[in-house]
Amino acid sequence: MIQIEGFSKSFGERVAVDNLSLRIAKGEIFGLLGPNGAGKTTTIRVLTMLTRPTTGKIIIDGSEASQDEKHIKAVIGVVPQHFNLDIDLTPRENLELHGRLHHMLPEVRKKRIEELLKYVELDDRANDMVQKFSGGMKRRLMIARALLHQPKVLFLDEPTVGLDPQVRRRLWDLIRRLKNQGLTVLLTTHYIEEAENLCQRVAIMEKGKLIAMDSPIAICRRFGEYVVEWSDDKGTKTKFFPDRNSASSFATTLTTTTTLRQANLEDAFVELTGRKVVN
Amino acid sequence: MVYDIWTVFWRDWLVLKRRIGRFILSRMVSPVLYLVAFGWGLGRSIQVNQGSYLDFIVPGIIALNSMNISFNSVGSPLNMSRLYHKTLEEYLIAPIASSSFVIGKVLSGALRGLISSVIIIALAYLFGAHALINSWFLLTLVLNCLVFASMAFVAAMVMNSHEDMANFNTYILLPMSFLCATFFVPDHLPTLMRLIIELLPLTHASYALRAIALGGDVPKLSLLVMLVYSISFTGIGIWLLEKVRE
Repeated sequence: MIQIEGFSKSFGERVAVDNLSLRIAKGEIFGLLGPNGAGKTTTIRVLTMLTRPTTGKIIIDGSEASQDEKHIKAVIGVVPQHFNLDIDLTPRENLELHGRLHHMLPEVRKKRIEELLKYVELDDRANDMVQKFSGGMKRRLMIARALLHQPKVLFLDEPTVGLDPQVRRRLWDLIRRLKNQGLTVLLTTHYIEEAENLCQRVAIMEKGKLIAMDSPIAICRRFGEYVVEWSDDKGTKTKFFPDRNSASSFATTLTTTTTLRQANLEDAFVELTGRKVVN
Repeated sequence: MVYDIWTVFWRDWLVLKRRIGRFILSRMVSPVLYLVAFGWGLGRSIQVNQGSYLDFIVPGIIALNSMNISFNSVGSPLNMSRLYHKTLEEYLIAPIASSSFVIGKVLSGALRGLISSVIIIALAYLFGAHALINSWFLLTLVLNCLVFASMAFVAAMVMNSHEDMANFNTYILLPMSFLCATFFVPDHLPTLMRLIIELLPLTHASYALRAIALGGDVPKLSLLVMLVYSISFTGIGIWLLEKVRE
């Protein structure tokens, strides 16, 4: 569904994304992980036609970006990181503007707007001004907007930043439901558990380069299935082990408090990127 | 294309409709001040070309006011939408042509300029001015609104902060509103200054509006200059919007 070949993007001297290639299948939830400044947002901006790549080829739903941008724009839905709703309009008007921009027929548009307002549970606030909305409500409205024209691919850039845990879980359910309906989803996140929970495959980016790409489980186990974690005066340390026995025998050699547990995506991520992600 | 222009225009119309009362009231303030200060106050003792000064400055006030309103209806909101609210992205992601967005925005800015001009014309009659309003007058007015709405589009795409946008107003629009034949005929100014002033679009708007309002010949060259300005700014605007993606 999405095919990226040798894509690079530089801003002047600075290389934001360096020779990225990947393929995402139809109906897949794909996660793009990486520390701040790794190039995730630049990748999303290029895939959503907001920025043009310096080099490389982008193919979405069979159309190449440089040839048929309009087709791609018509089949993608985008939820950006920042709130970019029109605060001079009501939620219903925001959706209507989006529907008009995507050339939806008036009857279809009206029906779809009502459906989606119910779906994201904003139907009772549909005529208030967006300006008064909370972060969670704005995020839900942005998702409704992205889905209005029934896209085939959904891009979510840090979809759950700043949301309450309950709202975040509801969003996860929503994203899973969409996947079951055949939608392809590409999301960026730096909440590791979000990627673990949602994605079939994740790619880890650092400094513009792809440094790992696999299922979350496979990446977790890459360095060993078990982890021993302990603290000394230089900070927290972790060590990977292939099985529980070797891990526990190592743990007994330490004099400080130790934790022995199964490796998670965060451990592998830290090992790969060499720095701890700050939530 | 026409449908997309209408969509962009429709959004602005929706917002304007909600605030139409406030919009009209606030637009009355500065023209009333100009009419009182320059028309009634200062103007009583001035005679220009055997006519009253009030009749002389009404076309000038219409020109400068339609310039300001058309410019500010597009400039600041678009600049904010590009830099702060990021709502411009909603249009950049949509499957519409850049030209549709530019033309839609320019037309909606021009509409606001025209609405405020109607208000001034009504006020000017109340103040006892005489002006001949015909279809040439309206055409000139529309052109002037288009020139400055499209100039605002360009400025909003180029200026990288809200403050720069305000500076553009101070350094470009404010001098024009006083110098471009709005309150006086710049014939007696030093030659170089006069030549620069005659290149500026607002000068042509004031000349043309005044000539038509006083029943003279239609200065077709001035109309042509304004047409060239508005087409150029619109073209540059489209080019800039394409370049945003680089």
